[in-house]
Amino acid sequence: MTTAAKRLPRESRPADVRDAGGDFDVQKLRRDFPILRQRVHGRTLVYLDNAATSQKPQVVIDAICRYYERDNANIHRGVHFLSEHATEEYEEARRTVQHFLNAADASEIIFVRGATEAINLVAQTCGRTNVHAGDEVLITAMEHHSNIVPWQILCGEKGARLRVAPMSDSGELLLEDFEKLLGPRTKIVALTHISNALGTINPVQRIIEVVRRWNIPVLVDGAQAVPHVKVDVQALDCDFYVFSGHKVYGPTGIGVLYGKSALLEAMPPYQGGGDMISSVTFEKTIYNKLPYKFEAGTPHVAGTIGLSAAIEYVNGLGMDNIAAYEHELLAYATEAVSAIPGVRVIGTAKEKAGVLSFLLDSIHPHDIGTILDQEGIAIRTGHHCAQPVMQRFGIAATARASFALYNTREEVDALVEGIQKVREVFA
Amino acid sequence: MPDLRELYQEVILDHSKAPRNYRELATANHRAEGYNPLCGDHFTVYLDLEGDSIRDISFQGSGCAISKASASMMTQRVKGKTRAEAERVFDQFHKLVTGQSPANGNRAELGKLAVFSGVSEFPVRVKCATLAWHTLHAAMQGKQETVSTE
Repeated sequence: MTTAAKRLPRESRPADVRDAGGDFDVQKLRRDFPILRQRVHGRTLVYLDNAATSQKPQVVIDAICRYYERDNANIHRGVHFLSEHATEEYEEARRTVQHFLNAADASEIIFVRGATEAINLVAQTCGRTNVHAGDEVLITAMEHHSNIVPWQILCGEKGARLRVAPMSDSGELLLEDFEKLLGPRTKIVALTHISNALGTINPVQRIIEVVRRWNIPVLVDGAQAVPHVKVDVQALDCDFYVFSGHKVYGPTGIGVLYGKSALLEAMPPYQGGGDMISSVTFEKTIYNKLPYKFEAGTPHVAGTIGLSAAIEYVNGLGMDNIAAYEHELLAYATEAVSAIPGVRVIGTAKEKAGVLSFLLDSIHPHDIGTILDQEGIAIRTGHHCAQPVMQRFGIAATARASFALYNTREEVDALVEGIQKVREVFA
Repeated sequence: MPDLRELYQEVILDHSKAPRNYRELATANHRAEGYNPLCGDHFTVYLDLEGDSIRDISFQGSGCAISKASASMMTQRVKGKTRAEAERVFDQFHKLVTGQSPANGNRAELGKLAVFSGVSEFPVRVKCATLAWHTLHAAMQGKQETVSTE
């Protein structure tokens, strides 16, 4: 956004200036996403369900096709050309992720199915080893079900207690209460970097500094953060960081667990099988070194190659540019949607990214979603796999518009018009 | 292209805003809960059954316009009817909202419920329209557990 464009009223700005900020030309990069060209119910698709999953640029689709057309082979075992080549691509993808998160070593990057599997892995290995009867696991009130249920299962098995740090009415974590919940019984802390239902950005670095005093591991759920903000796991000093490829323009079925070497080394394996072993006899198995100890079975090689292409794509645009553009877009959307009579925004934290959750009068979000869909606008309605968040706000569901780097102000305007249409239908 | 006005007909909007028989029923001898885990819609249906007939019926809960209006109009439709009649209406209603009931087909039992025909153009909303009916079915069967649409 240029300074001149800021000063002009929106309508009087030419379209190319409206969404082009410096090198970040949203109209140009939209052409990288073939799915955005289609029409839905006779209308141009306005895809605002990015917190559920993001669309894929052509380079990601091509990378997956190319892998299956040219390079497909099983990895880490063949002596033939294709197997060597596939192995090299797979390990290259690991290095791409390593640099993306600024991990100290590539062996700290474990490929999994997604953030959910990564959290289950940590709960069932690190959690099982360290949490015992009478111990506590600390999470927050704004977690996605995937960062609640694995810990509940663990606590149930061990006779441990799940503690939940509360949040304010604006959807901000109450840091003093969080700190008070930490104690000698706390054996692991798990919290989200950015809330999927509210968009709150948690001050994870500060929180981790506090947790450090207790010398216990911290897991950060980065599923909603990785597409929107630059993540540096060494600067955060988190012990585990997890994310899903499909939310950052990569394919489904591939995700990442980052863990500090020392912790991963000490953890027992999660699943047994091929590739995670050095040697097997019926008497004894010696496990493979990191990261392979946690990658049993043939992995999703094509997924890692697609994820790698997605990361290179966002790196090419620049994570800081993406964050700045999206920040401005979310501010614009928040202002425009809040101005509609009857709208109540759920989640009004100072620091937010990607998500605009709202209610409209007493109209059920499901009805809002159906009417917007007829306008070609895709949003998510419901509890967003965060039922405790809904309970905290005393509501059953919200309508959620969530943004990606390819969304525009025109699409926000379409959303606003769509919400007006909802009001007309229910007038 | 499906028409929104077909889905959100005036009578449906009216019932969703001012649902009829929306209360707990003091004389209820049967009740059941219905839940749609996908969208969080949650209803309780209260029944006062005398032998085979539905002497009184009411409901409470939260849900979208379609599910609430469906529950409201259902209570009006089956009040004073026998269990067998209620099941027959449910059957026809189910066929209507799933598009298995041609416009010239047998819709005699439906009466005003025919306004829900637009739902068949919106497959994801079928569960909204039938939640209260599944719950009524469970209440008549005397089932204790919550009925789920999943």
